Amino acid sequence: MSRKKRTSIETDLTASRRDFLRSSIAAGGALVAGGTVAHAESDPAITDLQEWARYLGDGVDNAPYGVPSEFEKHVVRRHVGWLTASVESSVNFTPLHELDGIITPNGLCFERHHGGVAEVEPDKYRLMINGLVEKPLVFTIDDLKRFPRQNHVYFLECAANSGMEWRGAQLNGCQFTHGMVHNVMYTGVPLRYLLEEAGLKTNAKWIMPEGGDSSGMNRSIPMFKALDDCLIAFKMNGEALRPEQGYPARLVVPGWEGNMWVKWIRRIEVGDEPWHAREETSKYTDLMENGKARRFTWEMDCKSVITNPSPQAPLKHDKGATVLTGLAWSGRGTIPRVDVTLDGGRNWHAARVDGPSLDKSLHRFYYEFDWNGEPLLLQSRAIDSTGYVQPTKDELRQARGENSIYHNNGIQTWHLKKSGEVENVEVS
Amino acid sequence: MLKFPEGIAVRCAAAATVLAGLFMAQALAEPSKPSKGFGLGRAATVEEVQAWDIDVRPDGQGLPKGKGNAAKGEAIFAAKCAICHGDFAEGVDRWPVLAGGVDTLKSDDPVKTVGSYWPYLSTAYDYIYRAMPYGNAQTLKPNEVYSIIAYLLLMNDIIEDEEFELSDENFTTVRLPNEKNFIDDPRPDTPTLKDGEPCMKDCKPEVKVTKRARVLDVTPKNEDENAGRGAID
Repeated sequence: MSRKKRTSIETDLTASRRDFLRSSIAAGGALVAGGTVAHAESDPAITDLQEWARYLGDGVDNAPYGVPSEFEKHVVRRHVGWLTASVESSVNFTPLHELDGIITPNGLCFERHHGGVAEVEPDKYRLMINGLVEKPLVFTIDDLKRFPRQNHVYFLECAANSGMEWRGAQLNGCQFTHGMVHNVMYTGVPLRYLLEEAGLKTNAKWIMPEGGDSSGMNRSIPMFKALDDCLIAFKMNGEALRPEQGYPARLVVPGWEGNMWVKWIRRIEVGDEPWHAREETSKYTDLMENGKARRFTWEMDCKSVITNPSPQAPLKHDKGATVLTGLAWSGRGTIPRVDVTLDGGRNWHAARVDGPSLDKSLHRFYYEFDWNGEPLLLQSRAIDSTGYVQPTKDELRQARGENSIYHNNGIQTWHLKKSGEVENVEVS
Repeated sequence: MLKFPEGIAVRCAAAATVLAGLFMAQALAEPSKPSKGFGLGRAATVEEVQAWDIDVRPDGQGLPKGKGNAAKGEAIFAAKCAICHGDFAEGVDRWPVLAGGVDTLKSDDPVKTVGSYWPYLSTAYDYIYRAMPYGNAQTLKPNEVYSIIAYLLLMNDIIEDEEFELSDENFTTVRLPNEKNFIDDPRPDTPTLKDGEPCMKDCKPEVKVTKRARVLDVTPKNEDENAGRGAID
């Protein structure tokens, strides 16, 4: 008998959810009948001899590069077809509702490309520094690895994350509403070392990183940031950058919008003025209600979202002990406080931040409670180490209108229903 | 190009710094050693820098020699750009609209084009050369780029003469109408802890659901995947 012959798991969220919920609740019910076990129906998961308990499994090296269990095949990045004209200049989304802790696995980090994934040959990789420097330089990837390295966990969030929700609730799932964010440990070298190696001239005030891909992605970054905490990274979570994340080297701009984290970085020009490139004028500027547009809106504001329960992750149990969890982050620092409400913002409770609290990194929060089985309106509100308070969506709209696309960090509401299903809503 | 006069000025400043440094070193009687750095990387050649130094700034820095007019640009645009952007830069399907959109920025359907939104014309040169045509980037000749830009100016009613020769010499004299409407980042623009502690108890008398995703359900896996509003690019 093949050990591959296994029952398929429920992956279609729209199909027979009620039946699914009922059966899981029934299974749980049998277990908690407690004390009268003799009268309960026995569980075949225990009484039947399972094939994995009987037959030998795969040997070592069956998967030289390990992959997740086949039962986790639904845990993937997904894209939204109507958002963009082509998949090469598009985005997909991290499945936040399937993850826990603070680290995003490399294969699940959302992708955003403007000219497809560049397949850069590492032997032909070069990083050039030119412009207002004493000595224009060229580095190979091996050269970069000879500078002193640093390790930092940073979130990367696209400025357009939640951008589809400005006019109201639109997408059912935190993967789609909030999934343009990921959080990995980068290994790299401080950009400052490279700039100092080339020697900055006295009027060097800006840098322009440029990608080696077919979009030649370029942005202007002020020198104070370049010299502060930017990295040229070549590892993520310990292994080489994935091609879709800029292999073999990318720029890391902690706390600032993801578009600036130029992938496949080939060149850094040093200048005395910003370049006003396409991605900082036509795009990634925030159009206000009065027709004015904010530019150079670099910092990612403090934000949070409940990842479970959420539309793609309904509650599958009856009333009783429930774990609510989510993510919070800020481009300005750490997250000392997250509040959670179950009644749409009438009353708030302190959530518990668990795991590392690192600068400009995702934070994991939990709020454990007894669900009474009644509908709830769930929200989280993060406050960062600078005292910035995550605003409501109405506060944001009042300040900016509905056309800004970018930097929507408003409080998300999930409507948990009696069935355990969850819908993306807004509340008064 | 502005690089040369600046270079001279910087070199003078650098020489002054070196002199000051020598004086300090003597005064402190420290042993001489490499001033700084790890000695990694190698000097870029002039040809290498020229090959990659493709950026163009609003002040004209980086513009290559060349010229073109809208009449020539129309033919190039039809052959290399119109399949996505339309014959008149009006945009096909979800591909970017490049012309029109004037007076829409305050509406609930702003159309952000070169004419209605972009602050600087140099962005068009920088972007078109580095990223266009989509899938065949960095292949246009300078005269082709100038011609395409002249055509875009014509389609946006910024110039009226299709024989007007746009060149590296007159490029910075062309200003785009929306330049003045870009402002600095004023955030935070919502209440912070300085404005008071957020409410924790009995914060509102009642709560009503005001908007539902289900009203316009455009989540992937649902029937009409093309019904959504908004864009991320």
